[in-house]
Amino acid sequence: MTHTGSDRGPNAGATLGARYRQAFAAAESGGDTLVFPFLTAGFPTPEETPELIRAALRGGAAGLEIGVPFSDPIADGPVHQTAYTQALAAGASLDTALDAVRAARESAPDAPLTLMGYLNPFLAAGATDQASDDLPGAAVGEPLAPLARMAADAGVDGMIIVDLPVEESDAAREVLAEHGISLIYLLAPTSTPQRIATVAEKATGFIYLVSLTGVTGAREQVAADFEQFVGRVRALTDTPLAVGFGISRRQHVVEVGKLVPAAIIGSALTNTIASAPADGCVAAVEQYLEVVTGRRSEETSA
Amino acid sequence: MSTAGVRGVRESGAFGPFGGQFAPETLMPALSELEDAWEAAQTDPVFRAELDALLRDYVGRETPLTLAPRLSERLGGAQIWLKREDLAHTGAHKINNAIGQVLLARRMDKPRIIAETGAGQHGVATATACARFGIECIVYMGAEDVRRQALNVFRMNLLGAEVVPVESGARTLKDAINEAIRDWVTNVRTTHYLIGSAIGPHPYPMIVRELQSCIGREARDQMVEQIGRLPDAAIACVGGGSNAIGLFHPLVDDPVRLIGVEAAGEGLNARHAATLTGGSPGVLHGTRTYVLQNDDGQITEAHSISAGLDYPGVGPEHAWLMQTERAEYVSITDDEALDGLKLLSETEGIIPALETAHAIAYAAKVAPAMSQDQHILIGLSGRGDKDVEIVRDALAQRGG
Ligand SMILES: Cc1ncc(COP(=O)(O)O)c(C=O)c1O
Repeated sequence: MTHTGSDRGPNAGATLGARYRQAFAAAESGGDTLVFPFLTAGFPTPEETPELIRAALRGGAAGLEIGVPFSDPIADGPVHQTAYTQALAAGASLDTALDAVRAARESAPDAPLTLMGYLNPFLAAGATDQASDDLPGAAVGEPLAPLARMAADAGVDGMIIVDLPVEESDAAREVLAEHGISLIYLLAPTSTPQRIATVAEKATGFIYLVSLTGVTGAREQVAADFEQFVGRVRALTDTPLAVGFGISRRQHVVEVGKLVPAAIIGSALTNTIASAPADGCVAAVEQYLEVVTGRRSEETSA
Repeated sequence: MSTAGVRGVRESGAFGPFGGQFAPETLMPALSELEDAWEAAQTDPVFRAELDALLRDYVGRETPLTLAPRLSERLGGAQIWLKREDLAHTGAHKINNAIGQVLLARRMDKPRIIAETGAGQHGVATATACARFGIECIVYMGAEDVRRQALNVFRMNLLGAEVVPVESGARTLKDAINEAIRDWVTNVRTTHYLIGSAIGPHPYPMIVRELQSCIGREARDQMVEQIGRLPDAAIACVGGGSNAIGLFHPLVDDPVRLIGVEAAGEGLNARHAATLTGGSPGVLHGTRTYVLQNDDGQITEAHSISAGLDYPGVGPEHAWLMQTERAEYVSITDDEALDGLKLLSETEGIIPALETAHAIAYAAKVAPAMSQDQHILIGLSGRGDKDVEIVRDALAQRGG
């Protein structure tokens, strides 16, 4: 299948990565460290998601990662596993995530918005059951096209696909790029110099640095070898870097902010939502964002 | 259609459009390391000799090929031959893979081994191989399977392994694999993940196939020795597909019908585990293959009376053998499997594993229509001792 003009979303063309460039440039020229909260679409319920997103933006989020829940999240710790299970039980789907993106785009026209999830639910929007002679990586490109079109229409800037490493990603990256969506690559402390170089060459938008060797989940401290890891990546690329996994406190943001312009906060925020009183999620999210972005001091938040 | 990839894995680890490496970045270097270690081992005569000696003196290979005269007579058609993996040490084919991968882990200096298990057979095989070499062993097992296979949990404990019950999802094999992968993501520098079937990201499906191909190589020679030719059909049960690919692979270029038997559970319109017969292409546990999924791409829960077939994915090479029509995939219900188990027990004095009983039950369907000078080779993947309690309860429930 070839893409006709009408297939292309409003993001297509020269805008690839534009919102990321703008936001990261501001942070790198002395602005605040960008905080990108990760919110699971449909957690605790699909109905509440748009309001939580607006709360995060009010609280100081520079952009958002919107998570698409999956039944088998192999890179996630217990907090996100539970959130995904609960979201799916409440009826969350890809549409929930796209609704969330639309809500965010309406409130924040310039904020970079990223969809994050696992490959299989992203593929499901396309036709996956045709017999194909392609290699596996090529076979997962075209089925992403319907999603890419919908995501671009909703206002998505980039996609993080946790189980799509660079080796298998060429077809997917091209299909997404046709719709103006950046495929955001991840690098981990275990990534070899060779892999870092390959990712650096193909990356658009930003590169997501997984701060630690492990699954998602709030940690007490930033991994001790993170600075060294950033150095190894920095030596090979100028692409903007963001860090995620384990970041939970204002102090973590300040600490990693000395090394990279953006921090992604997932499990700690999910914990905040999970432990808030039923009618207090929105306030809890806004307040949490105010604290981690440094707009409100930690003492006054208690 | 091109058949490239049927015989061998292409460089990228692809079986046509199936397979590949859909794994988190953290694991990718470990997968390369594993691939390198495997390649080096392949050309190292010391590795080959060590593995062969263990397979012979410890596992008890080669395993016999047994003619099943009373079963053949009862079915009144083809002659039935059984490749006796039930007689391998620990009672199933799983040990072939476990021993091989433990040797690999030693070559990679990984002091800690993790595994998942469904029926408990792979867990027992891994715990056994680790005990043999004094390596730390942690086995993830769905809490539901811990309940269904209590005896195997005890066996693993006796062998010095730690069994971790997994409470997420349907609390069966899929969830145990998720948890094992999470452990691996966290401890990848020190740990080898000893996956138990021909599934997962490259190079696992290739490694497991090669380590299980002793089944097919031996059976091939034994058939020729016994009847002067190859069988007309080879039948094996398919969970992840390791015993089946081990039987099929050495026969793939021969004029032998290859038939994989999946678990139809309560029926293909109800709860089942027939991934190839009733699923669609998707990506699960690091590989592109057939999966059971809903319209949103969420993986659905599999069901089979046999814990070892209770998996909503399947090895990618089987997906390719199906697409290229080199192998056929069929399914057998829980009820039919129970009948298959009784049939083999009564006619030949061999109680098969419930997994294996699916292959027996399908052979019982096709053999009567074949002639007496035709031959069926069944992969008898394991013995049924572990299942007698479940079988007793299931038979009592349906009245025998
Ligand atoms: C005896 C036996 N046969 C078959 C299987 C299914 O696995 P596979 O399809 O990988 O051979 C198992 C799994 O536990 C088993 O124990």
